[in-house]
Amino acid sequence: MKKILVIGSGALKIGEAGEFDYSGTQALKAIKEEGIETILVNPNIATVQTSEGIADKIYFLPIYPKFIKKVIEKEKPSGLLLSFGGQTALNCGVKLFEKGVLKKHVLKVLGTPIESIIASEDRDIFRDKLNTMNIKTARGIVVHSLEEAFSASEEIGFPIIIRTSYALGGLSSGFAHDKKELATLIDIALSHSSQILIEESLKGWKEIEYEVMCDRYGNCITVCNLENFDPIGIHTGDSIVVAPSQTLPNSEYQKLRTFSLSIARAFGIIGECNVQFALSPNSEDYRLIEINARLSRSSALASKATGYPIAFIAAKLALGYGLHELKNYVTQTTSAFFEPSLDYVVCKFPRWDLKKFSRSSTQIDSSMKSVGEVMSIGGSFEEAFQKGLRMLDIGLEGFINPKKKR
Amino acid sequence: MNDPIARLILQKDDKEYIGHLFGAPVSSSGEVVFNTSMTGYTESLTDPSYKGQLLVYTYPIIGNYGIPNIGKNISDFSESENIHINGLIISDYSHHPYHWNMRYSLSYWLKKNGVPGIYGIDTRALTKKIREEGTMLGKIIINHDIPFYDPNQENLASKVCINEKTIYGHGKYKVLLVDLGVKNNILRCLLNRNCQIIRVPWSSDFSKEDDYDGILLSNGPGNPKTYHKVIKHVEYALKDNRPIFGICLGNQLIGLAAGVNTFKLKYGHRGYNQPVLLEGTSKAYITSQNHGYVLDVQILPPNWKILFQNINDGSCEGLIHENKPFFSVQFHPEASGGPIDTEFLFDWFIECMHSSNKLYR
Repeated sequence: MKKILVIGSGALKIGEAGEFDYSGTQALKAIKEEGIETILVNPNIATVQTSEGIADKIYFLPIYPKFIKKVIEKEKPSGLLLSFGGQTALNCGVKLFEKGVLKKHVLKVLGTPIESIIASEDRDIFRDKLNTMNIKTARGIVVHSLEEAFSASEEIGFPIIIRTSYALGGLSSGFAHDKKELATLIDIALSHSSQILIEESLKGWKEIEYEVMCDRYGNCITVCNLENFDPIGIHTGDSIVVAPSQTLPNSEYQKLRTFSLSIARAFGIIGECNVQFALSPNSEDYRLIEINARLSRSSALASKATGYPIAFIAAKLALGYGLHELKNYVTQTTSAFFEPSLDYVVCKFPRWDLKKFSRSSTQIDSSMKSVGEVMSIGGSFEEAFQKGLRMLDIGLEGFINPKKKR
Repeated sequence: MNDPIARLILQKDDKEYIGHLFGAPVSSSGEVVFNTSMTGYTESLTDPSYKGQLLVYTYPIIGNYGIPNIGKNISDFSESENIHINGLIISDYSHHPYHWNMRYSLSYWLKKNGVPGIYGIDTRALTKKIREEGTMLGKIIINHDIPFYDPNQENLASKVCINEKTIYGHGKYKVLLVDLGVKNNILRCLLNRNCQIIRVPWSSDFSKEDDYDGILLSNGPGNPKTYHKVIKHVEYALKDNRPIFGICLGNQLIGLAAGVNTFKLKYGHRGYNQPVLLEGTSKAYITSQNHGYVLDVQILPPNWKILFQNINDGSCEGLIHENKPFFSVQFHPEASGGPIDTEFLFDWFIECMHSSNKLYR
């Protein structure tokens, strides 16, 4: 391998921010260390990865298949890294694959194979694969009429959530707790769309994530798990996130960890992936929500929270190393094949700036609205929590009653 | 912080650590060891291998999900009926625990079992001290002073194992389980794999038993060299051809019986994140560990090979015989708590019993 093309982070926008600059930069450093030439495509000049000395050659071009194709034609790289630039980079890579550009130029996707990426993104393939592994996903049925909705609700059981296809901003979707509520919602929904998805409601369930690293030998570790302070239904980016999980005993922790590893292996992940679960607050029942076959917001948080250089190691794994062959970059003596044990608690707080968007709702839901975040570390949950709230820089002294006289 | 003051005193440290009491209001002494796991205190506290130890958690918040119902049933969420540690040393006790499966608070459960706990200790500083100077003796003082106690001077298995032979299950494979302080999950792992378990006390002469397909030497507390009796019995069993599987202390005893020496690690391996490599392959596993002693494998007796090696410090994590179905591991394939990545070793054991049944009968 002589020359590797890295698709960069692109523009910074809500939902896709600095974490992909961080992961791309780490990846570029890891490849450079091996003496391999690096080409970066990133239109955003205000990033670290486009600074001097990080990549050998930079193309300030938009992350569109059209432009990437031209770069490939000109540079003729032998390897391509897709998973370090967020969802945009991944989608772009999938399009290039589908158009046959990668095949034509004998360009190898390093790390997780493109077929695995597609399998993890496509709802149907994803669900089928998990069914064969006996891993539970949220049950959902597509209906076209009120009668079908009633029979679906009987199969799934109340409460249920109703979503319409092709409707923006969660329009005419909602929760139904009985047939009456369902009828009302379906009535409205049918006036917007002919296709309605009836899904079991996981409202109030715990949201737990695992960050998994996998090498080409099938060796897997979980770097860290994260528990969302806000339950299912609130986007992780808008949620207070705590690492490690605070409310899971060993049996629940290990059950979800084992699922995460077997899912990562089944999807053929080489590098990093993020696995998200909903866990019942009243039993060991769970649902797998999704997996991200790429570096994500959570992996950036997990990396900073644990000190484990996830993106750097993921790039090395993409080059073909085994986890046990790499060094732990913190201790320099022990192996990268280990799971960090924290002796502190980490909290992440979202920072909103909704005043700038005058017409937007101040309610948080399943689409991300925060524009930044704060991470705090403490020797107890209270300490980390208070530190985080103060550092949001919105005038809070912490989680206290401001009216109470001291 | 209305809880009474408690003090922690270490043998090799002039400093006194001041904290607050939770659990039983009694002074207690033992060997101070630290565990780096972030969850699973119920499992660790009921693990007989911790007998006589004062357990320090490096993870600061303990007690947040309470304690589930613990009875005599091996299917419960615990590794035995009782707490085996002599005391618990933590940084931050969770006074308001909640979990759907919670029955008691950790403090109440400790109190019920007569075990003291101390919180408000700088466990990071304490752990650093132990890492620098090695495992040491210590005592938690509540009201009156007591002498130090070294659990490694005596045989602890008699305090934690069953008193008489007990049979579990009706499976196809008959496993002779030598109880040196066995964790319940070893029994569960066997029962889930079509086994019948003949559980015998550590001191019983199992060479007199004959109706079994394989021997499992369990985990257990203390210094392996205090188990002369068992080593004798294992030497005898090694002459036979029936499968033998050793876990943790069982691994050390197989090693001693085969002629390998043991030594004490500076501060032991206790946690859920120990990496091991299957010798001669690129297969690595994260394992659950809890041991202070380890096999010295600089010179191996003929016919014995290393099975697993610790990726961090290169120490021996298991042995395998070259032509007989004998193997053993230093880590805990049954986990509980910790990762279950190596549970397949129980399948190996079953496979050994399956094929030797065909060979020898």
